[in-house]
Amino acid sequence: MSTASITVGNASSDHRPFVETLHQWVTTVDHKRLGILYILYALVFLVFGGIEASIMRIQLIRPHNNFVSPEVFNRMFTMHGTTMIFFAAMPIVFGFANYLVPLMIGARDMAFPRLNAFSFWLSAFGGCLLYFSFLGGNGLYGAGNAPDVGWFAYAPLTSRTFSLGHSTDFWILAVFVSGIGSMGTAINIIATVLCMRCPGMTLGKMPLFAWLNLTMGGLVILSMSPLTAAQLMLLVDRYLGGHFFDAQAGGSAVLWMHFFWIFGHPEVYVLAIPAFANASEIIPVFSRKAIFGYPVMVAASVAIGFISMSVWAHHMFTVGMTAAGNIFFVLSTMAIAVPTGIKIFNWLATMWGGKIQFRTPMLFCIAFLFQFLIAGLTGVMLAAAPFDWQLSGSYFVVAHFHYVIVGGILFTVFGAFYYWFPKMSGRMYNEALGKLHFWLFAIGFHLTFDFMHIPGLLGMPRRIYTYEPGRGWDTLNLIVTIGVAFQAAGTLVFIGNLLWSKWRGVAAGSDPWDAWTLEWSTASPPPAYNFAVLPGVKSRRPLWDLKHPEDPDWHYE
Amino acid sequence: MNAFSMTVSEHQSQWRVPARGPVAMYCLIAAESAVFTIFVVAYIFYLGKSASGPQPAAVLHAPIFLTMCLLSSSLAIHIAVRFLRMGNVRRFAWWWGGTVVLGGIFLAGTAREWRHLIYQDGLTIQTNLFGTTYYSLVGLHAFHVVMGLTALTAVLAFAIRGDIRQEHSERTEVVSMYWHFVDAVWVVVFTVVYVIGR
Amino acid sequence: MAAHVQLPRSVATMRMIKTAAVIFCTAAAAWANRASQPLSPTNIFAPASTPADMISTLSSLVVTVTGLIFLTVFSLLLWAVVKYREKASSGPGEPVQIYGSTQVELAWTVIPILIVVVLLLATVRAIASIQNAVLPPSAVEVSVIGHQYWWEYRYPHSNVVTANELHVPVSDPSHPTPTFLKLLSADTDHSFWVPRLAGKTDLIPNHPNSTWIDPHETGLYLGQCSQYCGVQHAKMLLRVYVETREQFDHWIEQQSQPAVASDNVIEGRRTFESTACVNCHTVGGTAAAGKFGPDLTHLMSRDTIGAGIVPNTPANLRRWIQDPSAFKPGCLMPAMGLSDSQLDAVTAYMETLR
Repeated sequence: MSTASITVGNASSDHRPFVETLHQWVTTVDHKRLGILYILYALVFLVFGGIEASIMRIQLIRPHNNFVSPEVFNRMFTMHGTTMIFFAAMPIVFGFANYLVPLMIGARDMAFPRLNAFSFWLSAFGGCLLYFSFLGGNGLYGAGNAPDVGWFAYAPLTSRTFSLGHSTDFWILAVFVSGIGSMGTAINIIATVLCMRCPGMTLGKMPLFAWLNLTMGGLVILSMSPLTAAQLMLLVDRYLGGHFFDAQAGGSAVLWMHFFWIFGHPEVYVLAIPAFANASEIIPVFSRKAIFGYPVMVAASVAIGFISMSVWAHHMFTVGMTAAGNIFFVLSTMAIAVPTGIKIFNWLATMWGGKIQFRTPMLFCIAFLFQFLIAGLTGVMLAAAPFDWQLSGSYFVVAHFHYVIVGGILFTVFGAFYYWFPKMSGRMYNEALGKLHFWLFAIGFHLTFDFMHIPGLLGMPRRIYTYEPGRGWDTLNLIVTIGVAFQAAGTLVFIGNLLWSKWRGVAAGSDPWDAWTLEWSTASPPPAYNFAVLPGVKSRRPLWDLKHPEDPDWHYE
Repeated sequence: MNAFSMTVSEHQSQWRVPARGPVAMYCLIAAESAVFTIFVVAYIFYLGKSASGPQPAAVLHAPIFLTMCLLSSSLAIHIAVRFLRMGNVRRFAWWWGGTVVLGGIFLAGTAREWRHLIYQDGLTIQTNLFGTTYYSLVGLHAFHVVMGLTALTAVLAFAIRGDIRQEHSERTEVVSMYWHFVDAVWVVVFTVVYVIGR
Repeated sequence: MAAHVQLPRSVATMRMIKTAAVIFCTAAAAWANRASQPLSPTNIFAPASTPADMISTLSSLVVTVTGLIFLTVFSLLLWAVVKYREKASSGPGEPVQIYGSTQVELAWTVIPILIVVVLLLATVRAIASIQNAVLPPSAVEVSVIGHQYWWEYRYPHSNVVTANELHVPVSDPSHPTPTFLKLLSADTDHSFWVPRLAGKTDLIPNHPNSTWIDPHETGLYLGQCSQYCGVQHAKMLLRVYVETREQFDHWIEQQSQPAVASDNVIEGRRTFESTACVNCHTVGGTAAAGKFGPDLTHLMSRDTIGAGIVPNTPANLRRWIQDPSAFKPGCLMPAMGLSDSQLDAVTAYMETLR
């Protein structure tokens, strides 16, 4: 028998803890570390996107303003949209999915840890490539070479003729590369959820978070690829003399629009469905009740995923489709409102008869319900095509989708941050600062995005670097800009709270919220192997069963 | 520290979940199918819209022989995997090698066809809408053949070195699924480009 | 477990304040068209033409229905948040766990479906009325061609070519004389949006579109390009002059004349015709036949220059010719580098093109 010896490490020589730590993080394949890397990466780009938005809003604070030139402004809205969608929102979604899905299904890691790491670094590279565009060309003085074609890069504006230099190429390549990373992560999530569940956890017993991220993964697989294909076609046009979108040779600008929106619409559900996942975990715990109507919630979410692939041309009501074409997309878009509404009612019913605790995660989720309701209803307005013929391309649409993405998605993301921060860091965040963040951000959000609907109704188009006085838009734009200051302040409080609490927060313990899913059964933060013994489950809320052995869930499911 | 313990004994024996290799490959195939669908849609949309230059009926000749090679390679790889599952590594290696050869013939034939199109018929990716969509679609497929052949060759190299055993049959099956997908795409591309499009 | 910090009443209050703000905003917009001082010349709820009117009617229905849905669900949310909050008197233990209810879930599936059906039918009707409208033979036809960053208008039946200011006859609802607009593009995507007259329709190269308007009242209607088309997308403004039939016919007649030939601007005309100006601009009846830029034959008949962005005064015109980027940085007309005297001459020549 041999004696195993464990070397503890030579303390005196070559002791470079910082380099060691850095090396560990850069080479990690642990889903928890990669999740945190995704989340931190997203936070950085969220700040960049916020700065770009602030620059735009300052320029628009009054008519004929001169804060930035039109060239810079056009780069700002392009970079803001591209950054927020691809390098802030998607990484946040992937980060939380990466961290939580294996824990929630009782697994030790994702299905393909090395693919996980590869996907992260590829996506991260994409973001860096996009921002490198600011330094190329004329450098910062000439606002560099950043793309200025809008985040949906309509043809033929993106052709060699109208888009000189390489700014559009930065857009294509950065998004292309990070798209491949996204597909890798999506494959990983699907394989993990389908193949790595712990014993007893049938698909009908998974947390809704797992179901919704599974749906999101499927959507990424099917929707990211059309964008990849379209970008390849654009590269063929720009570099090989192709004619896919070349009007002179008979190419079609509308074809690009179809391909882009076949990606673009499911993409917003890729972001929204994980937001629903956050809400579906937080609302039950802080209402002290099980989620109302689990099977229908699953069915509605999957239905939303499917229907979302058939609504894309509601972004194209103004391009001159036939009446029949328009009507089809009105129908599919209004249809998707039904399962979405069902989910809102189910969340409401979860709160109904409960014992609601107004902790920070719950405040964000209640605001989410209120704001997502409004966002959905303005969506129904836009679904009525003739109404959209007025409102498309106006600030009403900008207000609508920010209501969804900020008021809906970002609010649940903030909720998720506060809810799972104790699990990820082992510390409690500061509750008073959390509430301060909530109120500052909520006030700012409503100042900006409530009032933003009105200029749209009064005829203000989007993507304009300045506007004429005397159209009734002046005061409204001023109010919209003021709201930004509150949101910025709230975000600063948020980041400060996270940093402070990470080092000075009270120890959280494994289950500070008295919650019911598997991630709360292990330490905070979980050890590298997640669970000492892989759990087995009998119901949707395994910890409820343990805490209430006289009245377990599996009696009722 | 685990505050709760849950026993698993009564579940573990009957607990069945799908294998992750095939699931991941199905997802990859779904994603790639979506990419090809977009290129096929573009091809069909632009049929008949080229204002000038060579038209499909004039310059395209259905590559029957190449198609037969590619489809036979699917059969060959299927047989190879069957042998590996049965434990016959030598037969597996030969049939797998046959797949690679047939795939290589397909690529060589495509290259020959393209040389003819470019130099004899004057059709390049820049010529007209037909040229752009044709080379993009067929080229994208050829690119996937190259990727597939690379993977297949790597497996062949392992097999020749003697590193492949019966327990690897599931993994090789996953690789073969990709190859079947590439062939299935060719069936679609062939039908759209050489049958419908002419 | 950590103690709860509860602010139930202020949560409810803030909810109410937020709702009030939202309701106020939407009400303000809808109220706009009744105010004596119009809130905006581009208010979609102040329609002056049949398509915009049909849209406004449909929109009012949709806003009312969604508004009612909002009030209902919001009230339930508010009620839940207030009634079911955790109180000191709540006592320990968890509330009754309710996992679902088939009847309730059925109800809130069926009712939304019915609402969707109603909205769909109303929408289909509006789409058909606008898109499939049969226009009378007396309709005026105009081709609108979008350029980076100006609008070209051609009246094919009258051989009129002009730029940036669209003139159409007013339409009497009992004997409609609508204007049919064919929408084309010379370069990239644009969109024609004059909110009080119709919804917007895009101008896409190689993809002709069409729209129609039948303004009921004379006047000037404003709008601007609504599809991002490049650096000066923001300054591609629309001006639609709705005139009486007599005024319109007179305008057409004027616009079909060749350019006024005036003797005392020979020098300016020579400068114009010998520099690159003629490569882009047409002046009817002269050697200048360029098509890239706006037709200048009747430049002085327009109120504005630069696609609606500055008034058409001699000083502005001179400044524009000297350096268009002073008004519209990035627009496609270059500064021609003319000397002061050349500028004066050319401006004087332009001033004669009535």
